[in-house]
Amino acid sequence: MLDLSQYSSLGAALRDALERWPNETCLIEADREREKSRLTYAQFKAEALPLARALQDGGYLHNDRAAIIMTNQSKWLISAYAVMHCGGVLVPLDYKLTAAEHLQLLAHCAAQVLFVEYYLWRQIMQDAGFKSLRVATVVVTEAPPNAELAGGLRWEEFRRDADPLFVPRQRQDVACIVYSSGTAGRPKGCVLTHENYLEQCISLTAWYPFWPGVTYLSILPTNHAIDFMVGFIGPFVCGACVVHLRTLRPEYVREAFTRYNITYVSLVPMVLKNLERGLKVKFAELPAAKRFVLNRMIEWNKWRTRKAANVELSRKLLPQVHSAFGGELRTIIVGGAFTDPATLQFFYDLGIPVANGYGLTEACTAITVNDLKPFRADTVGKPLPGVEVKILDAGSDGIGEVACRGKNVMSHYLDDPGLTAQTIVDGWLHTGDLGRLETSGHLQLFGRKKNMIVTEGGKNIYPEDVEMVFDKLPVKEYCVFAANYIWPAKALGKEMLTIVLRLENNQEFTLALREELIAYNRKLPDFKRAGGYVLWEKDFPRTASLKIKREILAAEIGTALERTAIIPL
Amino acid sequence: MDQTLDEVLALAALHFKVPREKLTPDDDFFKTLGIDSLQALDLLTRLEHHFHIELPDYELQGVSDFRTLAARIQARL
Repeated sequence: MLDLSQYSSLGAALRDALERWPNETCLIEADREREKSRLTYAQFKAEALPLARALQDGGYLHNDRAAIIMTNQSKWLISAYAVMHCGGVLVPLDYKLTAAEHLQLLAHCAAQVLFVEYYLWRQIMQDAGFKSLRVATVVVTEAPPNAELAGGLRWEEFRRDADPLFVPRQRQDVACIVYSSGTAGRPKGCVLTHENYLEQCISLTAWYPFWPGVTYLSILPTNHAIDFMVGFIGPFVCGACVVHLRTLRPEYVREAFTRYNITYVSLVPMVLKNLERGLKVKFAELPAAKRFVLNRMIEWNKWRTRKAANVELSRKLLPQVHSAFGGELRTIIVGGAFTDPATLQFFYDLGIPVANGYGLTEACTAITVNDLKPFRADTVGKPLPGVEVKILDAGSDGIGEVACRGKNVMSHYLDDPGLTAQTIVDGWLHTGDLGRLETSGHLQLFGRKKNMIVTEGGKNIYPEDVEMVFDKLPVKEYCVFAANYIWPAKALGKEMLTIVLRLENNQEFTLALREELIAYNRKLPDFKRAGGYVLWEKDFPRTASLKIKREILAAEIGTALERTAIIPL
Repeated sequence: MDQTLDEVLALAALHFKVPREKLTPDDDFFKTLGIDSLQALDLLTRLEHHFHIELPDYELQGVSDFRTLAARIQARL
């Protein structure tokens, strides 16, 4: 691995990586059973430099912002490196956002350049707000031969063969602006420096190292903090290889493990659960005698690894399970949302450790990670080297708001000094999550101070963002809450949104009203839908400007009703 | 289009082992079938094989009913 303490920027570290391992494979891209491309570090460089030169010839300057909206693929990383070679600021945007949201964020960060996949560009071109787009250069990948690109340039043609200038950056300079899911009207652009990334990479690879020959399967979106770090920066500065799949259907993902001998993979809890479900079905189909032997071997493995993981031993004890994952898998990294401890334990008992962790975009990638010494399914692990964690205003049970300090904490929120001052106080990042630190150093999470939920797919959902969809519901008033905000949970489990309905004085809750409620709810994407509703018989407390006093209303409901008052939708 | 829709409904019923008559074109399949987005992706593969087309994952983005799904397939036939 490169000694990152010696580098002042991501661009400089990556540039040296491309020189250091010219013949190692760095990227593989596969679509279904076909391998689309395979690049060595030298070939990656040959792809990226003409792109960097084309940017510079087009007037792109250091510190200019370049956004990327693409699904996971080689061109994502090649574009990102070209930007860093020019000393630019990268803005990775979530490809799952709507076109209107993309336009809003492109305007908010004042991007000069946009790299975008054709199907996403088509959606943006068709959006009503397209005319307001002010990006000087748009580079479109995978555009069909005669496609109308509305001024966009084709990726294949956007290259110049002369050598581009490498523009050095300092550690405190901005490397990326990463948008964290904030409430709709107010984008939260986390400004992260080169130092944030370099130091975070040093901490993470100290516990989970990469080396040439390691293959990492990239499934989480690369715009997400986890994949950007462990599916790009981490493997590249260690000479390892990243595998991209163009379809994330479970069957192709399973095949990829064996075909590419995957060493590490990062998943959100939902995908991990899907794998668990699949394995359990397979186990149940085994003849009784085989199942008996398997269960005994799992028990034996569990006992032998009770103090620390031992992947080599587990592979010998449970070869059939490990060969299904390619035989080389060392760890599954999981993050982005709460993971059920039973799922974590299921995989650990099979000898496949799951490194669950806890982090926020504001903290670069991770604050804590399970170090597996010993494995603790009930916690999110210990603070990474160089990261301090403390609990603010802890109650008698030790539970309070989690705060963190370290070189991983972002510089600020883009153009939002007020929110920055509320979030980073005397160098401590206030996370808004409730937790308790054990004397062993493990962090346990208990819920959120904020009125929001995080889905199993890793999406942050704010009630304010979904409320508008119920606007025409014929009731006196309504409000959407995270159920855990009204009834604080003692442990993080499945989180849901609930609608609180206040009917007119003589109104009854009819079947027709219920159907209308369901119909509005269905207008939301599945992961944003409310899970239930509560009927409330008092007027909502409001401010002078008629805004609902959410905190007070939640407290009133929480005192008067039990959580069982939620009627499922 | 109607035929495509019928075939999509029949395949979904087969794939998720539910009676065909339980599914209607405008059903929210996440809700009716109790599936998550990954399980829905599994259905895409089956549909690809049946219709002999390739459906990129993004074709399922924002789709939660059979009628829209059938329309996306129809556009690629």
